Amino acid sequence: MAGPSLMDSLFQRSVDDIIKGIRLSPPGTESTFIAKSLDEIRREIKSTDPQTKATALHKLTYLHSLHGADMSWAAFHSVELSSSSAHSHKRIAFLAASLSFNPSTTEVILLLTHQLRKDLSSSNVHEVSLALSTLSSICNPDLARDLTPELFTLLSSSKIFVRKKAIAAVLRVFEQYPDAVLVCFKRVVENLENGDMGVLSAVVGLFCELTEKDPKSYLPLAPEFYKILVDCRNNWVLIKVIKIFAKLAPLEPRLGKRVVEPICEHMGRTGAKSLAFECVRTIVTSLSDHDSAVKLAVGKLREFLLDDDPNLKYLGLQALAIVARTNMWAVLENKELVVKALSDVDVNIKLEALRLVMCMVSEDNIMEICRILISHALKSDPEFCNEILDFILLTCGRNFYEVIFDFDWYVSFLGEMARIPHCQKGSEIESQLVDIGMRVKDARLQLVHVARDLVIDPALLGNPFIHGVLAAAAWVSGEYIELSRNPFEIMEALLQPRTSLLTPSVRAVYIQSAFKVIIFCLNSYLKLNGDDPSYPSESTYSDVKSDYPGRFETVASQLLSDTEPDNPNMVVKHGQKPSVSSKMHHLTLESLVALVNLVETNLGPLAGSNEVEVQERASNVLGLIKLIKPKLLGCLDTREGDKANGELKASEMVELIFGAFSEDLGPVSLNAQERVPVPDGLVLKENLRDLEEICGDIELPLSTSFSLVKLQTMDATSNLEHHSKEEFEPSTESTSLLAEHRKRHGLYYLPAENAGIISNDYPPAHDPKDKASDETEDLVKLTEQSLVIKKKPNQAKSRPVVVKLDDGEGFKVAAKAPEFKADLISGAVQEVLLGNEATTSSSRRKSSKKSSKRREMDESNVGVPESKNEIVKADMPEIGFSSSGRRKHHGHGKERKHRSSGKDKVHDHKDKQKSEHGHGKHKSRQRADGALAAQSPVIPDFLL
Amino acid sequence: MGIRFVLMVNKQGQTRLAQYYEYLNLEERRALEGEIVRKCLARNEQQCSFVEHRNYKVVYRRYASLFFLVGVDNEENELAILEFIHLLVETMDRHFGNVCELDIMFHLEKAHFMLEEMVMNGCIVETSKSNILAPIQLMDKA
Repeated sequence: MAGPSLMDSLFQRSVDDIIKGIRLSPPGTESTFIAKSLDEIRREIKSTDPQTKATALHKLTYLHSLHGADMSWAAFHSVELSSSSAHSHKRIAFLAASLSFNPSTTEVILLLTHQLRKDLSSSNVHEVSLALSTLSSICNPDLARDLTPELFTLLSSSKIFVRKKAIAAVLRVFEQYPDAVLVCFKRVVENLENGDMGVLSAVVGLFCELTEKDPKSYLPLAPEFYKILVDCRNNWVLIKVIKIFAKLAPLEPRLGKRVVEPICEHMGRTGAKSLAFECVRTIVTSLSDHDSAVKLAVGKLREFLLDDDPNLKYLGLQALAIVARTNMWAVLENKELVVKALSDVDVNIKLEALRLVMCMVSEDNIMEICRILISHALKSDPEFCNEILDFILLTCGRNFYEVIFDFDWYVSFLGEMARIPHCQKGSEIESQLVDIGMRVKDARLQLVHVARDLVIDPALLGNPFIHGVLAAAAWVSGEYIELSRNPFEIMEALLQPRTSLLTPSVRAVYIQSAFKVIIFCLNSYLKLNGDDPSYPSESTYSDVKSDYPGRFETVASQLLSDTEPDNPNMVVKHGQKPSVSSKMHHLTLESLVALVNLVETNLGPLAGSNEVEVQERASNVLGLIKLIKPKLLGCLDTREGDKANGELKASEMVELIFGAFSEDLGPVSLNAQERVPVPDGLVLKENLRDLEEICGDIELPLSTSFSLVKLQTMDATSNLEHHSKEEFEPSTESTSLLAEHRKRHGLYYLPAENAGIISNDYPPAHDPKDKASDETEDLVKLTEQSLVIKKKPNQAKSRPVVVKLDDGEGFKVAAKAPEFKADLISGAVQEVLLGNEATTSSSRRKSSKKSSKRREMDESNVGVPESKNEIVKADMPEIGFSSSGRRKHHGHGKERKHRSSGKDKVHDHKDKQKSEHGHGKHKSRQRADGALAAQSPVIPDFLL
Repeated sequence: MGIRFVLMVNKQGQTRLAQYYEYLNLEERRALEGEIVRKCLARNEQQCSFVEHRNYKVVYRRYASLFFLVGVDNEENELAILEFIHLLVETMDRHFGNVCELDIMFHLEKAHFMLEEMVMNGCIVETSKSNILAPIQLMDKA
């Protein structure tokens, strides 16, 4: 490409030309125009004429900023132009740099260091300000390190215009180069007392950002912030300073007591909604234990909620949600406003209102609230409808259906939700249906009804969103088929032609359920026929029957209508079990054969399905039919003769399979495994890498000497701690894995009541021989007992028993409090503040000594930094000369003083206090010296 | 960092000014702008001016054909940002006299300079209109 010619410079297009060109180019051709312009720019930017170059760069910046053109290739040209003597060129260059440079990858940034340093020291404030803006947007660690001295000078510049920008730029520099804190922090703090709003705004803004990251380090500055809070009249500054207190107050209760009054004052006095809202938000988040303030704040919130402005309404609801955590009454007081907001035109407001409504839920009002919400869901758009469903499911399912008393209602309600046209929450409804089936025995009957209605409706099969729900319904129908009114009807529903619309995994559930149904029918029939009293499933069956006597009446009557009565001699009769046989006597062999045939016809084709799950399950059922059918037909043919014989064989099989299905999967306690005692000598924490060594040796005896060997090889400290416990507890490693497993498969662990019982399918590896067998037997007994107890519903309680897992809370695994990783900035800040604080507090104490009365008044002012020191001390024990012992003593003295600060006691302790005070001062001086001395080598130049 | 970005977008969704206070590359910018513009422009006058997007709160306000969108972090005071937007518009109005989309298009750098005076590093440093405009007027004279 040729260099730029004179013609190029003469006829260069201006930025305006480019903008006009883009506007005039017909739609779709813009990118061609831009590409063409970029080609021009590439040529022009190489020009030696600074004006041409500046214009080119300007155009490029425009295209980059608004049309997404890449300009990383032009980074060097920005650097080049930045040294231009013309201010307008410099501006363009720095603007281009700040809009396009990537602080972490643009390499030419380093080349800017010199230019920036020159500009920062310039006498022209505009150049300085430009350099500061640029620095704050492209700052990287190198730049920060190299320019810290210049920045330090500017922090106390006499020109306000420059000073405020220097303060704002400092934040970025601190982030990139934490050592700058040591240099600059003191000067930044000094600016807190500046009277200029620009400076104050910048410095308070800076501290607001810093406090957000690590509030603790800035507690010592509370008195300065407090002064601003009381004296300042600028809303921007006040908002920021209140934000700072919102972060500091929770750390220091005395501070909260102190600031709550001025904040309330601001809230009452101000006409600015932004400031009022900030006060409200701070009170409800950080000062929520000051009742009168919270009352005031809630009153203000109500004004917001009643306002027509949607912004205030939205923020009001948001703040109300914060109040709800600590003061529920505030929400209840504004209940009608919240419900009204549910039908707002703005979805954001509706969502906030929904969140609040769900806060209000209790077991008394859950049904009412759900009814209201569902009616809202039905008339809102699909998106919000699903939000509502989501919230309902979440709230109702929380903590094992804590708010649900009437499970029959809830189960029906789940069915209703699944039928809402826009419902996309199938998977959640699915898991709750199954979960309730397993946990709440008393709800099963209603559950089966709901499931029947879902399974039987062919229209639902077409909606892929609720296939999950159908899977759950099918599972429930199969699992609890004995509670069904009409198993035949269920079977037909499970096999209906439209099931082909289901996904394979759901279809597999359908087939498996059909399997359960057919086994149930066969078993019922055979059991009625052969009146063998030792029939194993008899007991299960009569259990069920006695639990639900009424329902079986209906089973019988339904069966009556379903079966053809034209074969009276096939009707089962006997006298031994009149109650059962009279109910089931219409379960005829014919109807059974018809059922088997139905299954065979429907599942036959599926044996060749491509989907393995479907194919396998269908084959299972077909295999069974193949075995059973001849026997059944045999019975049909030979009538009385061979019947008993054939039946016997069939019954054996059916009985076996039925037995397998009728076994209830009981939950297993979360800590069942934990309670298995670790036998003596078994060390679970054994490091297996040592296995070779151990194996290489002759077998070692399982004794204490064994663990001693291990002791040496393993991590010494952790082992020492754990060693004694290990004899009795499982290792932490295995428990954490176990906990993980529990979290995933919580259902299969025993509930809390059985915690004491050890499951016998986890036999201790090394049990003393004599005990082993006994224990196992005992365990079996205990487990059985507990299961029996569980089966009896507690009649005294109105709420059905919900089987819970042992450590219900285990689900919400408390996030480990992140270890305090001393972040570099706060570390540096603490370092500076410690020195700083020592001097200020000692000087303050000097003045306070003059009048003890004033001292008492100012106590919180003095006291705050005092306690601060203790906190700081905890993190930075190595600073200064003062030993921790001394400081502790000092703190004690202070504390005593606080305790005795009650008015009547003041005199008694006056002398003592005085002496202690002097003591304290002396020490703090020492400390101050120490801190300064410790600091001095770091910043030799600037403190002088 | 209080303010994370300032966008000006016209009714058609074309960006007219974009200032970021943290580095995002071109693709990220384009994606973010697209998503936010779609979200905000779909809303009507009766709806509130706050939208949550990713980890930003977006505070926006419409003036004639131009939308002003400001992305802030979660701690920021939404109402104060609305006031900030208003201040920005008033400042531009004072400078350009009845400011319109074209003014900002053809004087993009000036709009950037004004923002630069008002916000640094995401912190609002100047709220007085005459203070904001003083350096720009000086520049015009030069």
